[in-house]
Amino acid sequence: MRRVAIIGVGDTEFGELWDQSFRDMGIQAGLAAVADANISSEQIDALYVGNMSAGRFIEQEHIGALIADYTGLARDHIPATRIEAAGASGGLALRQGFMAVASGLHDIVVVGGAEKMTDVSDVESSVIQSSAADQEWETILGATFPALHALIARRHMHEFGTTREQMADVAVKNHKHGSLNPKAQFQREITRETVLGSPLVSSPLRVFDCAPSSDGAAAVVLCPLDMAKKFTEIPIEIIGSGQASDTLSLHDRKDVCSMAATKAAAKRAFEMANITTKDVDVAEVHDNFTISEILAIEDLGFFKKGEGGKATEAGLTGLQGEIAVNTSGGLKARGDPIGATGLAQAVEIVAQLRGKADKRQVKDASVGLAHNVGGTGGTAVVHLFRRA
Amino acid sequence: MKVGIVSYGAYIPRYRITPEEIGKVWGVDGKSMSKGLMINCKSVPSPDEDTITISVEAARNMMRRCGVSPKEIGALYVGSESHPYAVKPTGTIVAEAIEAAPHLTVADYEFACKAGTAAIQTCMGLVGSGMVKYGVAIGADTSQGAPGDALEFSASAGGAAFLIGSEKIIATIDNTYSFTTDTPDFWRREGQMYPRHGGRFTGEPAYFKHVLAGAKGLMERMKSTSKDYTYAVFHQPNGKFPSRVAKQLGFADAQIKSGLLAPMIGNTYSGAVPLGLAAILDEAKAGDRILAVAYGSGAGSDAFDITVTQEIESYARGKAPTVKELNTNLKFLDYATYAKFRGKILLGGE
Amino acid sequence: MATAPRYWRENPSRYNMVGIKCNSCGRHFFPPRAICPVCHRKSVGKIEITKLKGEGKIFSFTEVQEGLEELSLQRPYIVALVELTEGARVTGQIIDCEACDLTIGTPVRATLRKLSEEGPSGVIHYGYKFVPIKEKAP
Repeated sequence: MRRVAIIGVGDTEFGELWDQSFRDMGIQAGLAAVADANISSEQIDALYVGNMSAGRFIEQEHIGALIADYTGLARDHIPATRIEAAGASGGLALRQGFMAVASGLHDIVVVGGAEKMTDVSDVESSVIQSSAADQEWETILGATFPALHALIARRHMHEFGTTREQMADVAVKNHKHGSLNPKAQFQREITRETVLGSPLVSSPLRVFDCAPSSDGAAAVVLCPLDMAKKFTEIPIEIIGSGQASDTLSLHDRKDVCSMAATKAAAKRAFEMANITTKDVDVAEVHDNFTISEILAIEDLGFFKKGEGGKATEAGLTGLQGEIAVNTSGGLKARGDPIGATGLAQAVEIVAQLRGKADKRQVKDASVGLAHNVGGTGGTAVVHLFRRA
Repeated sequence: MKVGIVSYGAYIPRYRITPEEIGKVWGVDGKSMSKGLMINCKSVPSPDEDTITISVEAARNMMRRCGVSPKEIGALYVGSESHPYAVKPTGTIVAEAIEAAPHLTVADYEFACKAGTAAIQTCMGLVGSGMVKYGVAIGADTSQGAPGDALEFSASAGGAAFLIGSEKIIATIDNTYSFTTDTPDFWRREGQMYPRHGGRFTGEPAYFKHVLAGAKGLMERMKSTSKDYTYAVFHQPNGKFPSRVAKQLGFADAQIKSGLLAPMIGNTYSGAVPLGLAAILDEAKAGDRILAVAYGSGAGSDAFDITVTQEIESYARGKAPTVKELNTNLKFLDYATYAKFRGKILLGGE
Repeated sequence: MATAPRYWRENPSRYNMVGIKCNSCGRHFFPPRAICPVCHRKSVGKIEITKLKGEGKIFSFTEVQEGLEELSLQRPYIVALVELTEGARVTGQIIDCEACDLTIGTPVRATLRKLSEEGPSGVIHYGYKFVPIKEKAP
């Protein structure tokens, strides 16, 4: 297996991008990544695109060909593949690109992720997001996507004494990080009171516990590590990649306070990288809801099960904390254009490891982690990165 | 062959609204309306309830109380004037939900407010003739009253189910008699949301004439008098009509008290006499005799002479809620919520 | 918009909580599945279609304010994870009660209600919801 490096990254702003279409965003992120990698498009061997539901958001399937075409690659007839695993689509696309380069099949691979969520009504958007859950045995029975996470939250509070305030602290921290990220959807700091005074969505979760609907795209360029220095001074190596699945329905999980898929994916990634959680300096985790970040930092091994809320409250996950979590603002503040999210996490980690994260830079960051989840934990993917 | 009731079950939604609350909206003196109609409050179905869910719950309560296998049910009839579909049966869903399908005959009845008792008569015939071992007869409604109409003060929701058979009968149906004419006192045309009625014409020439004729016809045939019955239950579009008709027939308040539910739940239409009968069976003892007279506008009446048997002593009444128990856990609605629940608010969108 | 057959084929489970029992390990699952996720190959030929009693306890619950459009008349509505007595867990609405009266562990029983309807002219879908079981005086 060949070692694989990221040589270029690019992304769009995240938010309500009324004047940009799906393809506009895809091209912008892709071209930025290609420019950052100092390659020209004819050098690209393959394209992978993470996208959850263009078919329902913009009634467009066949996304692989679309993005290849509009990034000017149609005449090169490169293989272009769309990857879908709900919220984990982006992370999974990255893993497909990683495997393609590691295997020796392709040398230069572009992996992009994009979602255009605001061309449908808010109601329609939540219906589409709910399709990550089990339609027949969860959604039809009244469980929306926030409701399923509220069920996790209530149970976590019951089993471990996690408090409403601790969950709010996740949002407060991520908004603070978002305020330092010029590409974040929300660049405004909030307080506990903002969260606790926001309207209930599904008790105990409120509006400020939930990541927004967003438009956006992000992309990275991969190549074999031994070729990377030709293109960039600071290649970022993908030192571990782990993917795992679990039951589609939340109710079928033995333990709803833990995502077993996250644990399995993390274990695989850490084994591949031959490092431990202690080696990680900065992590982007899947905080589509505040409770999700608490589960993530526990399941990834940064904190003991049940301690995630307390750790957040104690500031251990801030920029100067034990482990800096979601320095980009996370899904909560940076925004969550579903298919783009996994790639945006990689883009942030690359910025941190290159030392180019400006005001939100984690000092001496050399190892980073990205954690991307599909549904309520039916899919999880974990990547580990190191400055080469 | 003796034919009778083997088991029964009832269901009433938990929501209630008072005539005062309705009157407040329409500028009507709800208090005197309540007094005049003898209705303190009426039941209201939740937005996720309809005649099908009410029928299923009543039928399941009926099955919980007896050891009969649903596969032994050979016929099932649901009587209602508020079947959720104009075309597509209610009974099939009920039959599936109590696992009686597919080896049985099923039909839906509509006969104003006496469709449920018509179903009982049909089952009596099928069981008596030996065509089926058990038949299920259900009367249930989620009746509608136009906003501001007098009916809105009474039209409510509920139902009851009866398992009719010839073995382990808790109450024998000694005889039944019907009195039928064409009397246009109440109707609803196909495609119309609310029924219309003949106002005071629904009284003397309609309700009273037919209920009296039904009761008298049956008692003549049975050579009985009001004194022979422990209980009597009459169709109850409100509390006043059945009380008056009982008096005219020589029944005392004590005889009709148990089966008179309209003051607590309003007019459950096809569910009215079935629910009243269920409430009586909740407390009846062996040997008690019951007169039940249903009335359906349009018009006709079905009268039944029923005798409770020894079987009632070992019958598992406690395995399902009694009508009294169903009349607990109540939640009173304001008119706005009631209007929302009953689809009386025009919603936007497609 | 959903079609009638998609709902119709699930009626046994939606109306009567028909699930399966794996006769290799004795575990129950809902809805039916072809293979036991615990026993894998050992369960082949040992999967038995079984009606679950529909009784259980609340494992977790939430009161949904921003819910499905189909349920907009019932907002806020309560959704729970219910642990059935047979061991399987299911998702469903809790009805005829107030959220403040519920706790994790509240006993519930399945009943049949309308789940949704495809507009005023479309098919109505029925299925299980749960009601709290009231303690009955002996």
